[in-house]
Amino acid sequence: MAAHVGVVVFPGSNCEHDVAVALERAGAEAELVWHTNQDLRALDAVVLPGGFAHGDYLRPGAIARFSPVMDAVERFAEAGGPVLGICNGFQVLTEAGLLPGALVKNQGLRFVCSPASVRVDSDRSVLTAAIEAGRTLNVPINHFSGSYVCDGRTLGRIRENGQIVLRYVENPNGSLDDIAGLANAAGNVVGLMPHPERAIDELLGSTDGLTLLGSFLQSAAGARAA
Amino acid sequence: MTSSVLRTEQVDGVQRAEMGPGPFHRRLGLTDDELDRITLLLGRSPNELELSLYAVMWSEHCSYKSSRLHLRRLPTSGERVLVGPGENAGVIDAGDGIAVAVRIESHNHPSAIEPHQGAATGVGGILRDVFTMGARPLAVLDPLFFGPLGDARQRWLFEGVVSGISSYGNSVGVPTLGGELTFDPCFAGNPLVNVLCVGALPIERLALGRASGPGNLVVLLGSTTGRDGIGGVSVLASAGFSGADTTDLDTAKRPSVQVGDPFEEKRLIEACLELLDAGLVVGIQDLGGAGLACATSETASRGGVGMEIDVAAVPRREPDMTAWEVMTSESQERMLAIVTPKDWPEVEGVCRRWDVRATVIGAVAEGGPDGGRLRIRDGNGPAGGRDGATLGKDDVLADVPASSLADAAPLYDRPMAIPSDLGARRADDPTLDEPRGDCTAELLSLLCDPSWVWRQYDHQLFLNTVVGPGADAALLRLAGPGLPNSERGIAVTTDSAPRWCAIDPRHGTALVLAEAVSNLACVGASPVAVVNCLNFGNPEHPEVMWQLSETIDGLADACRALGLPVVGGNVSLYNESGGVDIDPTPVLGVLGLVERLRRRPPGTGLVDGTEILLVGPRRHHRSADPGGLPLAGTRWAVECRARRGGVLPEPELDAHRRVARLVAALVGEQVAGGNALLDSVHDVSGGGIAVALAEMAVAGCVGASLEGLDGHAELFTELPSRFLVATRRAGDLLERATTAGVAAAVLGTAGGDRLVVDGLVDLALERLQDRWNRSLEGQLVDN
Amino acid sequence: MRFAARVEVRLRPGIADPEGATIERALPALGFDDVHGVRAGRAFRFELDAGDVAEARRRAEDLAHRLLANPVIEDSTVDVDRADV
Repeated sequence: MAAHVGVVVFPGSNCEHDVAVALERAGAEAELVWHTNQDLRALDAVVLPGGFAHGDYLRPGAIARFSPVMDAVERFAEAGGPVLGICNGFQVLTEAGLLPGALVKNQGLRFVCSPASVRVDSDRSVLTAAIEAGRTLNVPINHFSGSYVCDGRTLGRIRENGQIVLRYVENPNGSLDDIAGLANAAGNVVGLMPHPERAIDELLGSTDGLTLLGSFLQSAAGARAA
Repeated sequence: MTSSVLRTEQVDGVQRAEMGPGPFHRRLGLTDDELDRITLLLGRSPNELELSLYAVMWSEHCSYKSSRLHLRRLPTSGERVLVGPGENAGVIDAGDGIAVAVRIESHNHPSAIEPHQGAATGVGGILRDVFTMGARPLAVLDPLFFGPLGDARQRWLFEGVVSGISSYGNSVGVPTLGGELTFDPCFAGNPLVNVLCVGALPIERLALGRASGPGNLVVLLGSTTGRDGIGGVSVLASAGFSGADTTDLDTAKRPSVQVGDPFEEKRLIEACLELLDAGLVVGIQDLGGAGLACATSETASRGGVGMEIDVAAVPRREPDMTAWEVMTSESQERMLAIVTPKDWPEVEGVCRRWDVRATVIGAVAEGGPDGGRLRIRDGNGPAGGRDGATLGKDDVLADVPASSLADAAPLYDRPMAIPSDLGARRADDPTLDEPRGDCTAELLSLLCDPSWVWRQYDHQLFLNTVVGPGADAALLRLAGPGLPNSERGIAVTTDSAPRWCAIDPRHGTALVLAEAVSNLACVGASPVAVVNCLNFGNPEHPEVMWQLSETIDGLADACRALGLPVVGGNVSLYNESGGVDIDPTPVLGVLGLVERLRRRPPGTGLVDGTEILLVGPRRHHRSADPGGLPLAGTRWAVECRARRGGVLPEPELDAHRRVARLVAALVGEQVAGGNALLDSVHDVSGGGIAVALAEMAVAGCVGASLEGLDGHAELFTELPSRFLVATRRAGDLLERATTAGVAAAVLGTAGGDRLVVDGLVDLALERLQDRWNRSLEGQLVDN
Repeated sequence: MRFAARVEVRLRPGIADPEGATIERALPALGFDDVHGVRAGRAFRFELDAGDVAEARRRAEDLAHRLLANPVIEDSTVDVDRADV
């Protein structure tokens, strides 16, 4: 049975349709979840998509984290549900404290939209469980504030726990330890700056995004079965 | 009137804000003749509010009074045209139940003052023009023109404009898929920022900017109204920049520049498209230049109805705004919708969900035999007339025929004169110069890698981008929420060549259209519609009017020869500074269709082991030069040799059509999943074969070797109708060309690690790539 | 009583500040050879009603910590004064 995945839409999100299309391409049933919705019980997994929630005003994700839906997302995550934050979604997860650290402005102080190569460095997450460590994937980035930071103690901890799931092969934005994707300690909440939904079709350049989404959906099916 | 400073339009050469004595109408920028005309239309003297409305609506930017007479000569009909010029955007039938809307606009003067916000609000404006038709904006293209980047101010303008387009476009959620970069001294005092937007809609969602149904509500959607841009349309767009010290002027005009809010615009797009999907609005129009004055008068005029407006009902951002300020404010991110009273609660509901302000500010009134009247009241009471008279709460403050504002602006037939130096300019032809030997250094100097720009633009959103920025044309799948399934694709390009048009605006413009058609062919698309953005100098200069008239004739002739309708356009005049006009700069946006889009087109990158052919004529047999390799107006002549004169090759559009059709067919077959005859293809344009070949080598990371070219002239000529293609099946390609009646010849091969054009260029690929990478970035400050 | 609050938010020491660094690099060209340690930040102003200045300060600090500054990467300072004098 296909996994039932909710894609949260904040005011200003703009990648939700692309993410829904990508999830369906990967075999899921996707539905859009408005940011005022507080009931996620029918879902097997939740995705926070990219875009500019609240115009990125104040800080990216700073206002979206207070949306009514985020209480439900927190409960869903605490119960072990798989949660994926893509780009702006990753920013919302860090602002909400569901992932450690923060995303700050790119080192070059410019927006960057370009292909990127990332390496899977840990399979201890719902995003990478089905992918062999060391595999490199071609998945584009599109952001102004994608540089990951955290303090020394946190860095030590996330390295030790295998929470750093994706690293850039060539750091495009000054991210600490080349971090492109990160999981929480339990591995069920993952954030990444690259956009897997933009790599699902040869016509558009790469299909490596399907590898990531496929792994995520496998984890979702597994979580439901559990 | 309050004491807010009134700004003047350029009148008799005066360009600064004036508070001094003189008749009121002149201080607003209206001529005595225009005042007489207004008095005649009203049957009485106009009051100050009414005069202010006419002043903005009859300004050059809003009324096109200097250009309308000539624009009438453009062909506008075609079998696919659903909406032609005169509405907010042109719309064509793309097939499969899908319509495509397209518009191009300029935001030149605001960008010169505040580049980031000027460019950002330019993007905002064009998006609204497109989604007001019911189309979801799918792509933006930005042709940009600056002075050479050696100057710090040009770098500031350039970086600001790019960051403005990037921040607005990315945030609102519309990919930017292409554009152009031109650096020439004539733009140093007058940067040009043109923006094109293309959108798609299911045909049933097509909406027009028309008010109808007396008793229907006039609803203002979006941002609150402030003092943004008051007089901006009149002041900035209709006046050039004088004097050497542009900083003084900046300070005087800075309050007239608006600040954009892409988040508000995003919510506005979603709310409006939802309203249109649900059939909840009768008509809808965006607010742009001249704000409410324009939106109300235009929608009423188109519908032949009247309109009653209560300025007190307009939600404001600033205290104590006068009726004049409310009506002419250019605050961004606002739309005007006509809604039946029955549908109003549902409309409110949709807007509440998207957090979009929706306010009833008036009602549609009966029209009459001559259309309807626009009547403005202030429901808050006393308005305070200039002479101290106090008006009552429901008194009408302005009462004019709606169509007189929208349609009755004077039509100027400004004097035209051939530039006095034209003869000398034409005689100064670089084609006749001494032959050159090694051209390697000159080739390298012509390279310009625009990726620094487009890497700042989201060019992937919507999963439709098959060919993005940096190629010959953008190619998109025609797909999105709400659109019927389709395998079609659309292609868009913007093209311009002020260096050609400066020599010969008529032939130059025709050649620009030809180039645009070539660009579309490279991605397998057939052209279907044209929009134009005409950027010119001061229309009070007879030479500029001549340039404008010639440009329009050139465009009209070329459109007719190629069977293309003009579905919209924009005119930006008064692009002059220090009394010097810019070169005539018509920018053409051309839309093309691809029947079946299943595979990527071959692209421009050379492939190792292929043969390189020139498809199209090697020489021009009718040019003034007996060798048939004219160099007049080429990038080589202008940028390498500082030679701006000569005679352009006469366009041969029937022949051009044949070549473009062949290439479009070959690429089209490939893109549809069929016969893959071409490994790469690139249009030969600016910089000639030299630059085209260099770009292909860089894109493919492989060298090339050509021989038999006839000197530097063949290397750098910019004759139209030519393509460089690379293929492993040269025999098949030559056969196809012969059948189509198109010339084609093998010039060389792709491979190795050098770029060699026998006797003319010899360059290591690595050096070429290095120069390419540094060509633009190397000129910018902190890189 | 009405109070005016001003909150200044800046990146915590140790967090890279490319904006401040870029500004600092540009200064010598303008004749400021002797300026160092440039940090870029933002200021927010608002008014609030409270019983006394201590309560106003408490509420302003709460607002600053919960929303205006991200404690992972930013510090904030809060100043509060009577607004209606």
